[in-house]
Amino acid sequence: MTMTVTTVQDAGVQPVFYVKDEHDHPEGGSTMLGFWIYLMSDCLIFAALFATYGVLGRSFAAGPSPHDLFELPLVALNTSMLLFSSITYGFAMLAMEKGRVGTTQLWLAITGLFGLAFLGIELYEFTHLILEGATPQRSAFLSSFFTLVGTHGLHVTFGLIWLVTLMVQVAQRGLVQTNRRRLMCLSLFWHFLDVIWIGVFTFVYLMGML
Amino acid sequence: MSPTPVSPIFGRFTLEALPIHEPILVVTFAVVALGGIAVLGAITYFRLWGYLWREWFTTVDHKRIGIMYMVLGIIMLLRGFADAIMMRLQQAIAFGGSEGYLPAHHYDQVFSAHGVIMIFFVAMPLVTGLMNFVVPLQIGARDVSFPFLNNFSFWMTVSGAVIVMMSLFVGEFARTGWLAYPPLSGIIYSPDVGVDYYIWALQVAGVGTLLSGINLICTIVKMRAPGMTMMKMPVFTWTSLCTNVLIVAAFPILTAVLSLLALDRYVGTNFFTNDLGGNPMMYVNLIWIWGHPEVYILILPAFGIFSEVVSTFAGKRLFGYTSMVYATVVITILSYLVWLHHFFTMGSGASVNSFFGITTMIISIPTGAKMFNWLFTMYRGRIRFELPMMWTLAFMLTFVIGGMTGVLLAVPPADFVLHNSLFLVAHFHNVIIGGVLFGLFAGIAFWFPKAFGFKLDPFWGKMSFWFWVIGFYFAFMPLYVLGLMGVTRRLRVFDDPSLQIWFVLAGFGAFLIFLGILSFLIQIAVSIRNREKLRDFTGDPWDARTLEWATSSPPPAYNFAFTPIVHDNDAWWDMKKHGYQRPLEGFKPIHMPRNTPAGVFLAGLSMVLAVALIWYVWWLAAISFVALLATAIGHTFNNNRDFHIPAEEVVQTEGERTRLLAGHAGA
Repeated sequence: MTMTVTTVQDAGVQPVFYVKDEHDHPEGGSTMLGFWIYLMSDCLIFAALFATYGVLGRSFAAGPSPHDLFELPLVALNTSMLLFSSITYGFAMLAMEKGRVGTTQLWLAITGLFGLAFLGIELYEFTHLILEGATPQRSAFLSSFFTLVGTHGLHVTFGLIWLVTLMVQVAQRGLVQTNRRRLMCLSLFWHFLDVIWIGVFTFVYLMGML
Repeated sequence: MSPTPVSPIFGRFTLEALPIHEPILVVTFAVVALGGIAVLGAITYFRLWGYLWREWFTTVDHKRIGIMYMVLGIIMLLRGFADAIMMRLQQAIAFGGSEGYLPAHHYDQVFSAHGVIMIFFVAMPLVTGLMNFVVPLQIGARDVSFPFLNNFSFWMTVSGAVIVMMSLFVGEFARTGWLAYPPLSGIIYSPDVGVDYYIWALQVAGVGTLLSGINLICTIVKMRAPGMTMMKMPVFTWTSLCTNVLIVAAFPILTAVLSLLALDRYVGTNFFTNDLGGNPMMYVNLIWIWGHPEVYILILPAFGIFSEVVSTFAGKRLFGYTSMVYATVVITILSYLVWLHHFFTMGSGASVNSFFGITTMIISIPTGAKMFNWLFTMYRGRIRFELPMMWTLAFMLTFVIGGMTGVLLAVPPADFVLHNSLFLVAHFHNVIIGGVLFGLFAGIAFWFPKAFGFKLDPFWGKMSFWFWVIGFYFAFMPLYVLGLMGVTRRLRVFDDPSLQIWFVLAGFGAFLIFLGILSFLIQIAVSIRNREKLRDFTGDPWDARTLEWATSSPPPAYNFAFTPIVHDNDAWWDMKKHGYQRPLEGFKPIHMPRNTPAGVFLAGLSMVLAVALIWYVWWLAAISFVALLATAIGHTFNNNRDFHIPAEEVVQTEGERTRLLAGHAGA
C-alpha cells in the first residue's frame, strides 16, 4: 500500500484518516517472514545442542572417542547426499518459477530420494555405533553426539513427510499460489538443514578427528 | 517410592496413583469436581455448547482468543494462589516442634507447582491475552498475521495447564522447585511421574507460546495501518514487539533443555547426571538462558501498559517516547547477557561473576529512564485517579523497591550471602507482583470496557487494589527481613521460635491478598450485574489516545470498517484533535479468516500424547502421535479458510453504532 502521509496539515485542509478504497489482502502475506522467524527459533534449538556438545563433547567417561568411532569417508558420502538434495531442490524451484508442474515434481522426487539416502546412511552409522557398544547412554559425549545428529535427522525426516505432502498437493491443484508459497517454505527449511549439517560435519566430525 | 512395574496397557498407572489416602487432595478434588460439574451442567442447561464451540473455541478472532487467555490466567491464578496460601500457613505454624499440616512430600509439590503455575499459566496467559486483544486494535489491523495459529497456540497453553492440573489428582507433581534442577530432577532421585508432568506440561504450552510469539511479531511488522511507522507505534505495541522477540529467542532454549532432561529420564542419556561425564550445571546455565529473558517477557508488556495508562490519565502525550522505545530495546538485548547472576555461587570465578554482575546493574539504567519518563508524563498533567492509574502509582513505588533489592543481589559478594534465601524470594515477588501483576490489573481495568462495552465497578476495584497493595507489603517485607537473617527458601519446618512472628505477618499479608483476589472476582460479578449502569456507548470511555479507542466497544469482528490512516503518535488523539468524522457510507465487504476446529483437535491430541508419555503408555503415545501428524497434514488440505463479511452486514453494524452514538450524544 503506497500512500503519502503528511504530518503537517495545511490550515483548512482536513487530513484523511481512513482508507476509502481497500482491496483484499492476499492470504499469506506474512508467511515468509513468519517462517523465517520460525527457522531462526529452530536454529536456536540447534545452538543449544551445539553448545551442549561443545561442553560435553570431550567427556568420554573412559569410553570411545571420535577417533575410535567416526569414519570420515562414510560421513563425506552422507554430506554429499544432503548437498545434492539441496541442489535438486533448487532445480525444483527453478521449474516452479517457469510453471512446469511435471519437472517440478520430478526434481522434488529426486530431492526426496537423496534425503532418504542421507537418512539411510545415518541410520546405518547409528546402528553400527550402537552395535559396537557406543550407545547414547555410554558417555556424555555420545549422549550429546546422538542428540545433535539425531535431531538433525529428525528434521530431515519431517522434511521428507512434508515433501511428500506437498507433492500430493501439487498433483491435486497444480502450482497455485498457496502451493508455491509452501514450496518456498520447504525450500527455506531444506536449505536450512543443509546449513546445520555443514555445522555438524565441521564441528562434530572434522574437528573431532583432528 | 519403589519403582512400579510398567504394564503394557496402563503403563505405570495404577489405582495407587489416585491420592485417595490424602484428605487435603480428596477434599480439593471434591470441590473441583463439584464446581466442574456445576459449570458443565449450567452450560448444558442453557444450551451453550454449540454457541461456545462455534463462536469461541474454534474462533480465529484475536479479541476472543485474547479474552479466553485472560479467563485461563484468572482461573489458574486461583490455583496458584491456593498453593501460596497453603505454604504461608504451613510456614506460620511449623514452629516449636510442630510439623505443620503439610507432609514434606506434599509441601515440596506445592511450592514447585506454585512457581510453575504462576509463571507459565497465570502471568504468561494474562500477558499473551492482553497483547492478543490489544495489539491488532492498536495498529489498526483486522486480525493477527496467522489467525489459525493463534487459536492453536491458545489451546496448546490450555493443554499445558490441564496437564499440570491433572497432576494434582492423578499421580503427583514435581518436588524439585519450579526449574527442576538435576540431578534432583533426574530419574534416580525423582523416579516417579512428577518431573514428567512438569516436562510435558511445559513442552506443550511452550509450543503455543513460541507460535504466538512468531505470530505477533509478524502482525506488528507487517500489518500496521498505513502511516504508522515504527516510531509512531504506541508504546504498548513496542513493548509487545520486544517481548515477542524475546519469546522467539528464549523459548527454543527451554524446549531444548527440557528435551535433554527428558532424554536423561526416558532414554538414560548422561547430559545432567552425576556420572559418565554428565554435567548438571549445563542444565542450570541453559534453563536460565531461557529463564532470565522470561522475566523480561513478563515485565516489558507491563511497562507498555503503564505507559498507555499514564499518558491517558495525565491527559498528556507520553514524555520521552523515543527514549522509552530505546530503553525497551536495550532491556531486550541486555536481558540475554545476565543469566549467570542466578547462580553466582556456581564457582565460575571472579571475572565471569563481575561481568554478569555489571551487566545486571546496567539494566537498572534503562529501567530508571522509564521511571523518570512516567514521572515527567505525570508532571503538570491533570491526573485522573481512576483505577488503572492507581495501580500504576502503586507499581512505581513498589517496583523501585524491588529494583533496588535486585541491584543489591546483582553484587556477587552480597549474592553469596543472600543466594537461595528468602531475601531473593521477596525480591522476585516484589518485581513480579509489584510490576507484572499490578500492570496486568491496570491493563484489565483499562481495556475491560473496550472488550465488553462497560466499565468495571470502581468500588470493588478499589477494595481489590488496597487489599492487594497492603497485603503485598505485609506478605513480602517480612521475607526480606528473614532473608537478611539467613533463612533459606523452601523450608517446611523451623527451629528458631524468634522467627515465627515474621512468618505470621507474612501469612496475614497472604490473607489480605486473598481478600484482594476475592474483591477482584466480586468486582467482575458486580460489574456484569450493573453493566447497564456502567455501559459505555462512545467506545472511548477514558478519553484515550491510541487507535483501539477509535472503534466501538466491544469492537466488531472486523475491528475497523475502514482501515485507519495514521499521521502522528497517539493516532486517535490526533484524529479527535482534527475533528475526525466517522465515515457513514461507502462500506465494502470485508475479507476475514474463517473459524476452524483444527486447533482444538491438535492441542487435544498433544495433551493425550503428553499424558501417555508421562505414564509410559507407549501404545497410546504412538497412536496419538500418528493422529497428531495426520490431523496437522489434513489441515493443510483445507482450502476453505476465508470469507467476506457482506457490505450489508457492515452497513447494519455501523448503522447501529451511529444510532447509539446519536442517542447518547452529550449524555
